[in-house]
Amino acid sequence: MINTSDILETINMIRQENLDVRTITMGISLFDCVSDDEKRLCDKIYDKITKKAERLVETGCEIEKKYGIPIVNKRVSVTPISIIGGDISPDGYIRVAKTLQRAADTLGINFIGGFSALVQKGMTEGAKRLISVIPEALTETQLVCSSVNVASTKAGINMDAIALMGKAIKRAAYLTRDNNSIACAKLVVFANAPEDNPFMAGAFHGMGEEETAINVGVSGPGVVASAIKRAGDCSLSELAELIKKTAFKITRVGQLVAMEASKKLDVPFGIIDLSLAPTPAVGDSVAHILEEMGLESCGAHGTTAALAMLNDAVKKGGVMASSRVGGLSGAFIPVSEDAGMIDAVEKGALTIEKLEAMTAVCSVGLDMIAVPGDTEEAVICGIIADEISIGVANTKTTAVRLIPAYGKKVGDKVDFGGLLGYAPIIKLNEYSPARFISRGGHIPAPIHSLKN
Amino acid sequence: MKAVITVTGKDSVGIIAAVSAECAECAVNIVDITQTVLSDYFVMIMLVNIDELKMSFGEFSDKLDLLGKEKGLDIHTMHEDIFNSMHKI
Repeated sequence: MINTSDILETINMIRQENLDVRTITMGISLFDCVSDDEKRLCDKIYDKITKKAERLVETGCEIEKKYGIPIVNKRVSVTPISIIGGDISPDGYIRVAKTLQRAADTLGINFIGGFSALVQKGMTEGAKRLISVIPEALTETQLVCSSVNVASTKAGINMDAIALMGKAIKRAAYLTRDNNSIACAKLVVFANAPEDNPFMAGAFHGMGEEETAINVGVSGPGVVASAIKRAGDCSLSELAELIKKTAFKITRVGQLVAMEASKKLDVPFGIIDLSLAPTPAVGDSVAHILEEMGLESCGAHGTTAALAMLNDAVKKGGVMASSRVGGLSGAFIPVSEDAGMIDAVEKGALTIEKLEAMTAVCSVGLDMIAVPGDTEEAVICGIIADEISIGVANTKTTAVRLIPAYGKKVGDKVDFGGLLGYAPIIKLNEYSPARFISRGGHIPAPIHSLKN
Repeated sequence: MKAVITVTGKDSVGIIAAVSAECAECAVNIVDITQTVLSDYFVMIMLVNIDELKMSFGEFSDKLDLLGKEKGLDIHTMHEDIFNSMHKI
């Protein structure tokens, strides 16, 4: 018989420590939907998504029952729309976004990602048109997520695209001003975007992917925090081992769920994303792991070191637990979605500068950070450029998801509800990067020898 | 194929009988039981064979869940694969 303590440990992880599978995301290629007629393009997109993912939600629920583990989100990611949209009109791109929303409604999924463009080296006409309508598309839909890859280590940084994104973020905030500028929570700017990411808002189905694929993102900050708490006063070497073992167990659940979903849906297994994804719920926070490791508050000096160790240990444990790893893989630090991060920002322990430093050693980047509504476009672009250059120089994925909450100032809060949580408005450096940003052009790709 | 049923809650007469009866009705064979009472708190782990299960696993799990609610117990039914995956290399 299975060891009794193992059974109780698993049940405790699920019931008390919020272990869950954060998402099953089905990637669907839309290349065969290409058409020179807008209506036909939309019809083909709708038909393909609703046919391929027809049983996604139902299957997710069945697996949830079978293994007794919550699967919080069922999502779909598609080929970046700017690539298949081509030269359709800007209004046509909005119609495609609405088509994605309609497909998501039919399927009953939580989000659909892929209203995206890849412009790290330059912009096609299609990409320009898509970017120009992102604010409207995200305002007129609820479940559609958008991402734009503006840089890569090989191509450098497209500063013209960053300038457009600063404008898009400000406009998206304005258009959804009556709803806490929520459109910005569905828009992410990337460097080195992964093509198999199951997490929103950055999920899209990359060009080197199969026709369809099942990608799974696991979660379990609460499990890691509890394990560290139980370990008491031990050395960091012992702690690293403990985190590895815990990450192994968490990831094995993801692998099991992914294989089962792949079999039941007859869709190839893509990847497991080795993630520690927090939620605003008590006991589901990455910041609390760092505090459990010995920091008085997340944001204190030592936070970057603690996070680097945590992130590395999670990957080491997770890699062995899964047959194929990809996506964003690492600890997430979205401010509004993490109770400990929210507290740390509110009490002044965690600043945007420290968050930026933290993103150099963990997954993703400046995520779900609410900034004052009157923040200038150039400042937003400056924040994006800084974060993106960390990714480009370090050959890693970084991303920016900022919410310049309309009408809000430092000291106010914005509440997005649900998994998106709430965020205190963070203070920014008030000096202007406007002249630097207005130069436009391209920051060349970094050299990868002579490392210092 | 096997499943693990865990039952926890305040101790009372007939808990094992009730869970066993439900299993028998669904053609689920009990393979092993570990059970203890810790200061009035009943804890049981049951390993069952579900090869002959008359319904879908989800329906069986719902039935036991309902039984738990009626009796004021916490009953979870999970496929054994999740434990094997997590705890065995």
